[in-house]
Amino acid sequence: MEQRYYQPEIETMPVEELKKLQSEKLVKQVKHVYEHVPYYRNLMDEKGVKPEDIKGIEDISKLPFLTKADLRDAYPYGLLAVPQKDCVRIQSTSGTTGRRVVAFYTQHDVDLWEDCCARAITAVGGTDEDVCQVAYGYGLFTGGPGLNGGSHKVGCLTLPMSSGNTERQIQFMMDLNATILCCTPSYAAYIGESLKEMGYKPEDNKLKAGIFGAEPWTEEMRQSIQNALGIKAYDIYGLTETTGPGVSFECSEQNGMHINEDHFYAEIIDPETGEVLPEGSKGELVFTSLDKEAFPLLRYRTRDICVLSRKPCACGRTHIRMSKPMGRSDDMLIIRGVNVFPSQIETVLLKEGYSPNYQIVLDRVNNNDTFDVNVEMNPDQFSDTVGGLTKQEKALAAAMKTMLGINPTVHLVSPKSIVRSEGKAVRVIDKRKLIDNNQWKG
Amino acid sequence: MAINQLTVFVENKQGALVQITEALANANVDIRALSIADTQEFGILRLIVNNNEAAAEALGDLGYIIKNIDVVGVKIGDAPGKLSKALDVLDKAGINMEYLYAFLTRTERHAYVVVRVADNAAAEKVLTDNGFHIITDADIAKL
Repeated sequence: MEQRYYQPEIETMPVEELKKLQSEKLVKQVKHVYEHVPYYRNLMDEKGVKPEDIKGIEDISKLPFLTKADLRDAYPYGLLAVPQKDCVRIQSTSGTTGRRVVAFYTQHDVDLWEDCCARAITAVGGTDEDVCQVAYGYGLFTGGPGLNGGSHKVGCLTLPMSSGNTERQIQFMMDLNATILCCTPSYAAYIGESLKEMGYKPEDNKLKAGIFGAEPWTEEMRQSIQNALGIKAYDIYGLTETTGPGVSFECSEQNGMHINEDHFYAEIIDPETGEVLPEGSKGELVFTSLDKEAFPLLRYRTRDICVLSRKPCACGRTHIRMSKPMGRSDDMLIIRGVNVFPSQIETVLLKEGYSPNYQIVLDRVNNNDTFDVNVEMNPDQFSDTVGGLTKQEKALAAAMKTMLGINPTVHLVSPKSIVRSEGKAVRVIDKRKLIDNNQWKG
Repeated sequence: MAINQLTVFVENKQGALVQITEALANANVDIRALSIADTQEFGILRLIVNNNEAAAEALGDLGYIIKNIDVVGVKIGDAPGKLSKALDVLDKAGINMEYLYAFLTRTERHAYVVVRVADNAAAEKVLTDNGFHIITDADIAKL
């Protein structure tokens, strides 16, 4: 594939220059945050760090970390660094009231986010000749808005489909000759199966590339999607806390995701000690927004475990690459693209009057996540009719759906039937086996 | 008046019914009637036994969820059309049934029907008014 870049001067910038750019941006950003975000100023003061102590990117490890707990404490405005009148947008995670992240954007922030997505689309071969079908959800979720904006910037004809309504997706895809598909990998797989069921062969569509993110996926799944749709499938990574999709993206090499490090500086730390680890080590990914205005998180701990590599890439981009996340340093699960903490299930059970004895069982059937929750029944909730018990299961599932944003299948089980090892119940059984790249060397 | 039914939550697992019936046998409990409602995942076992306390204790010890509820027991003649007549009485009185099951006795030429309704007293009244005999725990114990 002929290499194209959306912003070639930045994407292929020599590493030394890139470091200089990062240093300049960081010094400015730390001042901005210190002056405008009392919450972070307090963290810096507690650590005895002043903005003057940060003279370049090499000083970044002097700064305190931010965690999801900080975001919760500071919700909703506590980390906002500009007056509200300067903000033009919010995006939010699908989480619950307790865990929900609301991120603010100025027009500058939206622009840089969309630039990042435009880089990703260009990297997979997208130009203004392309028809880009965006089948990520639109709305508070960052997937749809991010790729939509990037597609505009590249000049693609954008099909803002949002997710779901597969029949209509396929009709637009075929009638308007979509060439690039953006959605979650599980939805891409589902579209592939639906095409087959409708009698289409992989070569019947005009798609050439897909940009699939927001949930973990394997090399096997990549192969299966590529075969089903007759395309090249590329990964994209991001999180609402930084911007959304486009924090990093795969290039033609399909070997790790280039981090847009002129905007987001990445570190790998030891999740236990917080110590910064050398390149090539496996650890927790930490991001610093170098030039976002409204919601500039410094040293935000993503809890994603991965590896960074600065080995030169054949695509010509100089930006550092990250592996697919290999796991989490907390107990967060990603189910159908949605972040789920087991404690959220517990909250629902207690609220609904059940004992917090439960077990989450995850599997992947036909490339889609199955999500089952077994709940130990309380004697006083036992109904002697099938209808009564089924109603309870449905009511519990509905309460969980409200809390999580996705629908589990709830099964009531006998008391003490959930396996306990060493006295401690096993809360999560994840049979999806998604982590296939522990050997990634960059 | 109503009779006591022992209701047990049973997960659809191999051997569950064997375990339950064995436990009842060891506790010297005699099962008079038994009915199971099941779905793919679980079953609800409904038992009429001669000794509720002993049965509840035996199953409770094994960790089963048990519920004692009152159901209406009605004696009907063991002949065609008798059940239909009893149900018709309830239907005409606007009494909805959740479920029912029937059993025969060894000694009498009678069938017994267990009916689960929301209002036991109302069901018993219309059945009695229409000439049906309502059975009690004492009747069960004599079987």
